[in-house]
Amino acid sequence: MIKFTKKNNHRVSIIPGFNLSLGITIFYISFIILIPLISIAVVTNGITWQKFTSVILDSRVIASYRISFICALTAAAVNCFFGTILAWVLVRYEFPGKDLIDGLIELPFAIPTAVAGISLAALYSPTGLIGQFLAPIGIKIAYSPIGISMALIFVTIPFVVRTVEPVLKNIDPVFEEAAYTLGAGKFTIFRRIILPELIPALLLGGGLAFARAVGEYGSVIFIAGNMPFKSEIVPLLIMIKLQQFNYTEATSIAIVMLLFSFLIMFAINSLQIYQQRLIRGGR
Amino acid sequence: MSKIFSVRYLLIGISIIFIFIMLILPLYVIINEAFHNGFSPYFNVISDKFTLHALSLTLLATGTAVLCNTIFGLFAAWALTRFQYRHSKLLTTLIDIPFTISPVIAGLIFSLTFGRIGWTQPILNFFHIKIVFAVTGIILVTIFVTLPFIARTIMPVLHSRGTQEEEAAALMGASGLTIFRRITFPHIKWALLYGIILCTARAMGEFGAVSVISGHLRGKTDTLPLLIEILYNDFKMTDAFAVSTILVVLAIILLVLKNIVEYKWHQVKE
Repeated sequence: MIKFTKKNNHRVSIIPGFNLSLGITIFYISFIILIPLISIAVVTNGITWQKFTSVILDSRVIASYRISFICALTAAAVNCFFGTILAWVLVRYEFPGKDLIDGLIELPFAIPTAVAGISLAALYSPTGLIGQFLAPIGIKIAYSPIGISMALIFVTIPFVVRTVEPVLKNIDPVFEEAAYTLGAGKFTIFRRIILPELIPALLLGGGLAFARAVGEYGSVIFIAGNMPFKSEIVPLLIMIKLQQFNYTEATSIAIVMLLFSFLIMFAINSLQIYQQRLIRGGR
Repeated sequence: MSKIFSVRYLLIGISIIFIFIMLILPLYVIINEAFHNGFSPYFNVISDKFTLHALSLTLLATGTAVLCNTIFGLFAAWALTRFQYRHSKLLTTLIDIPFTISPVIAGLIFSLTFGRIGWTQPILNFFHIKIVFAVTGIILVTIFVTLPFIARTIMPVLHSRGTQEEEAAALMGASGLTIFRRITFPHIKWALLYGIILCTARAMGEFGAVSVISGHLRGKTDTLPLLIEILYNDFKMTDAFAVSTILVVLAIILLVLKNIVEYKWHQVKE
């Protein structure tokens, strides 16, 4: 790489367009991301610490944190389980219809969340296609936390499948064959050889799914029933405060959520770096 | 051997059932509900004045967001992968912010900035610009929510290619535009298309952020997803599902395009 080192440790490349492209990038990021984000600080300036804590520690708000957190975690866990099976099947087996399944995995990213929401609500309501079979045996999916998890599972299906797949492709079958010849069963091979390789990818895929699920709004509100303390998620609570033009309370709740999101983002970023190293095989 | 086969069929069976229940049934429900009252009411709904207006607004917001983010994505990818400097990591992290923020919070920060109580209000009033509860706001939040897609799909490709080819071209006196057109662009062509498809899909379906900023002025600031919500809350279920089919058709077209691009991209890689 050809570069010269200036005094201020700023390397100059021979490739043109540094100032222009960096200028546009910084301007765009500032205008679209940073300026709106800074507004949060401007608004928070007017909130006293007491007001802030009383808002974010309100029992209804705490209940919504808990529901959002548990439902998102459930969705991520379920997707880790089925996502691994799906990735395994897509990488290791050949069967008719495989290409169709492969092509459908990203459907949740393509389908608008509101459309997914009303469709799932119709599917799982007590009179719906699936709900009518579950209602007589006392299982209520729509208008309960299970419904929220269901919607979150739907929107986050692709994450785990698509992060586990490349790692699975990269595992050298030699190790499995060696274990097999040494008398290990299928399950032992999976548990002792494949699973340890998959764990970083599972954490990453699950983390991405969780991050998305915690903030998800459109697909959840139609199926959740939105009862305070029972099936009210944090984004909805922010929305309700906004509709009452209660900007300070909405912002206070949003700050807690933002901090939480940034924490997850930090964890995911570190995992991603590790995962990239695994895929490239540079261990 | 028979035991291995049974595991194989079990896993394939689980996968097919999971995909069927989680992905295919919801699609079926949409189509089924949309045609609940037959074809003629369906066509009445989707050719309704409000539906067509919402469709045009959705297309406008999506088109603008994709265009802006494509231009940004190309410049950002160039700035962040062709050069090394101290704060490039920081900028990359900043680009990822919209991915981690809940769409509702995205809407919130835009209304805090440009809304009635926003600190930019005096400036906006002076120039008679209205952002919140207006089309401009819808376009802005759509841009925000979909900002990372294109930049983040191009960047890994450019990163893994290194900078030697561009440096050689620059040494031989090629201008920036020539280098981009003749060397960089052919490499990132499929990645760019892929990013554009992802960006389009997300932009056209964005709900939470747009919902905060739009103010739900029917026939003015309603995109298709918002119209669906309004119809659904008015207990016009069939109408809501009918409008949904428009988005489902667009989604399936995008999905097919995505798979084609992915296939071509894969071929180029090999």
